Amino acid sequence: MMLSRTLERTGQVGNGLQVLRRIAARPSGLVGLILLAAHLALALAGGLIAPIDPSIQDSDAILTGASWVHWLGTDDLGRDILSRTILGGRPALIVTVLGTALAVAIGGTLGIFLGYVGGRIDAVAMRFVDAFLAIPWLLILLVVVAILGNSSLVMIVTLGCLYSVAIIRVMRGATLDVVAQDYITAAHIRAERLPTILSREILPNVLDVALVEGAMRWSWMILTFSGLSFLGFGVAPPTPDWGLMVADSRNYLQITLWPVLPPMIALSSLILGLNLTADALAKALGVDRSQR
Amino acid sequence: MMDPSQPLITVQDLSVGLDASRLPIIADIALSVAPGETVGLVGESGSGKSTIALAMMGYLGQGLVGLDGAARFDGHDMLRLPRTQLQALRGGKIALVPQNAGQSLSPGLRVGAQMDEALALHSGLPRKDWQARKLALLAQVRLPEPTAILRRYPHQLSGGQQQRVAIAMALAGDPRVLILDEPTTGLDVTTQAHILDLLDGLRRVHGLAMIFVSHDMGVIARMCSRVIVLYAGRIAEDGPVAEVLSRPAHPYTRALLAAIPRLSEASVPVALEGRPPTPAEASQGCLFAPRCRHATQACDAGRPALVAHAGRQVACIRVGEIGAEVAARPANLGRSALLKPAEVLAVTGLAVRYDRPGFLSVFRTNRPATVADVSFTIGRGETLAVVGESGSGKSTILKAIAGLVPPAEGTLRLGGSEILAAHARNRSLDLRRRVQMVFQNPDASLNPRQTVREILSQPLRLYEGLGGTALEARVRELVDEVRLGPGCLAKLPRQMSGGEKQRIGIARAFAARPDLILCDEITSALDVSVQAAVLRLLGEMQARSGTALLFVSHDLAVVRAISDRVLVLYQGRLCEAGNVARVFGPSKHPYSRILLDAVLEPVPDHAPALLADDVTESAPPARGCAFQRRCAVKIADRCEGLSPPRREAAEDHAIWCHHSSEVLDTLGSCAPPSCGTDGSLPRND
Repeated sequence: MMLSRTLERTGQVGNGLQVLRRIAARPSGLVGLILLAAHLALALAGGLIAPIDPSIQDSDAILTGASWVHWLGTDDLGRDILSRTILGGRPALIVTVLGTALAVAIGGTLGIFLGYVGGRIDAVAMRFVDAFLAIPWLLILLVVVAILGNSSLVMIVTLGCLYSVAIIRVMRGATLDVVAQDYITAAHIRAERLPTILSREILPNVLDVALVEGAMRWSWMILTFSGLSFLGFGVAPPTPDWGLMVADSRNYLQITLWPVLPPMIALSSLILGLNLTADALAKALGVDRSQR
Repeated sequence: MMDPSQPLITVQDLSVGLDASRLPIIADIALSVAPGETVGLVGESGSGKSTIALAMMGYLGQGLVGLDGAARFDGHDMLRLPRTQLQALRGGKIALVPQNAGQSLSPGLRVGAQMDEALALHSGLPRKDWQARKLALLAQVRLPEPTAILRRYPHQLSGGQQQRVAIAMALAGDPRVLILDEPTTGLDVTTQAHILDLLDGLRRVHGLAMIFVSHDMGVIARMCSRVIVLYAGRIAEDGPVAEVLSRPAHPYTRALLAAIPRLSEASVPVALEGRPPTPAEASQGCLFAPRCRHATQACDAGRPALVAHAGRQVACIRVGEIGAEVAARPANLGRSALLKPAEVLAVTGLAVRYDRPGFLSVFRTNRPATVADVSFTIGRGETLAVVGESGSGKSTILKAIAGLVPPAEGTLRLGGSEILAAHARNRSLDLRRRVQMVFQNPDASLNPRQTVREILSQPLRLYEGLGGTALEARVRELVDEVRLGPGCLAKLPRQMSGGEKQRIGIARAFAARPDLILCDEITSALDVSVQAAVLRLLGEMQARSGTALLFVSHDLAVVRAISDRVLVLYQGRLCEAGNVARVFGPSKHPYSRILLDAVLEPVPDHAPALLADDVTESAPPARGCAFQRRCAVKIADRCEGLSPPRREAAEDHAIWCHHSSEVLDTLGSCAPPSCGTDGSLPRND
């Protein structure tokens, strides 16, 4: 089985364009890529597209439905829902992109290290990982945010560290497959230094797993971040954010759905796009996620 | 029943190709198999031999389609038969014995349950008769204690036993044809001899027709009456085994036979350079022409048809013109055997234990060590071979020298003075440079994500601190030394053939300019034509550099071809050691005799002598001689109680046996009366 998996997983991570093309070759992957690209474009250029300044309060139009001025209506403070939805993904995306990168970097490094070193260090470290995964993350997050505040930096570091724990597991598993191969034995006999073995011999062979894992974790992290915002621990109020928008408007659900639906649809479509892309990426690289 | 003079299987002009491109993998295959006939299909990997055999069962691999022709079994067109009828025939009247029984048996089912499936589909017997039938089948394949075997899981059986179970299952439907796809590849030479003996018996008793797919000419010579030599999916030569093997007519058959190392010849066989064309590269002319020594322009004009020649059919237009001469084998690359070269490695009293001390170790009985009391030396430029069956501790010794497995006892001395630390990590960089390793499977030993340039650069950077143009120049020099062009430098391992990959593995080891290279079965994954080239290359590089080679192999003919001295190992204990000509000579340890007698040579009518029962032992006995349980000439008390003494049979030839070398000399190579046929002895394990 080891051999067959090595043979299947020949997908080169190196050429990004080729990988994108292979993702887009699947209908689901294409849909995912389009959704993802649309969200990234909105987050980057949203300021130019949004018709009305999202923090301007129109006291003449509070909780209106769709109108010619406010296409998707207004919230309880008379702010334009369309503009707020367009810009509301930005905080989540900025924090989670950096948070995921940090998580993959930490989790990948530690996972590869533990998988290669093995023995007692690995056994002890993995028990800590197990224990840590048993604690509800939201609790830890809430405590950290309560103590250190909710600046973007705190969010990035906290989310990155929390998610890295799960990534350690996966990367260690992928590394164990590689370490059993003779080329690692060869490097070991040759007296290659540890950093060389980890970065040159192992990393290129588990990079595909890291990419897929990162893509999956990214969508989870966006959900977590939006959840935090919903609970009031994420983004400070004037900034538009989907989680916050839903939280602010949920008291008026009986009056109108307009302020709640657009941010929910936006969030769902981003998560859907990410998951479809991640699945297609896994298939394009030949990484079987069901085994991990 | 049909007329026995009618062929059972007829294949007519069969072509099978890739579904996507419709390029043929096999083309214009025509053959017939009569009842009771044994036909061998031989060729290099990719020659289409398995495709043909499976097509006879009506099975084409995934992505393959029948392009033309038909494969008939008993009048049924197997490739066009409706599924239900096919299912009734397959595994019933025409049955397959797969290559790797260990992988084809379901790991979660007991042997009995697996056999039930075969009986339910093909025997037509009522359920109450199954148990008796299963016992009869297992007895037929000479498995002792069949009732116990039925209750076991496949992993509890040895490789030979698994293969016997697979054969028993194939026999469940009373087949008339057995298709055997590399039935003994991967088995020890002694186990192979026993399995082939069993199959030969089944053929004689039941009149089964057999189709042997094998890359091993020795197996074909032992088992078949007719051989079909395939090259690039076409029949090159088809005729009686005795004729084809002793007087090969097709240049390819000749080259293939010349590439096989022989036990009787201490010379590296002639390599067959180049490789067969892929389906996309197939030319209009003779496909072998680019590699043929006799090719002329006429050979490129068109595909040669099979023509009758000297009692067989040959697809060569020049068959009448080219003489019968076979390319001469150059003499052994050998060095003067008794010269005492400077010592490179001295191993003294090496012992390795795999069980680790733990808190339960007090309860453990003192298990004998996996490797015990192994001592030997290797000199500069010398090749020392280590032979033995699987589980004999060959690889363990290599690992101990490489510092991967710490020895429990003993010392390893490099270059006469430096003691090698138990763990590689405690050795200095220079000591590690001086011991390099080449691995069995280049697919696993070359990093799939590194180019050849990166792979070869690593030792150069590490040991010589090379960089820039000096590094590039040395890398180019290395690929040149292993006869690969600079074009391969940017390639990834998967873009290269098996032989090319192994050359890179060898180049990487020599790049360090080591004193000693550990070679772990380095040609066992290669085709015989490629193997010869790799062995030759290894010999040349060794002669140039004076590097000592410690060469682990289960292939005694290869060992005979390239080594100066040899160690025979059984259960981690030395049986015999010394000059290769003497160890392979008449005076031998009973175990060496079994090993050597079981070797199949590609010579017609060569049947190996079966001396002992093919018991597979998992651990050495607690006391006495390690070989006692399989030895045909055991001296009851002494061999069971005392470790055998080392006896000097001649200069540079030691035997560890209670018998004196005079007694061992007289044993000859025929089975003593105390030893019955395979399986008839009670098992000791």
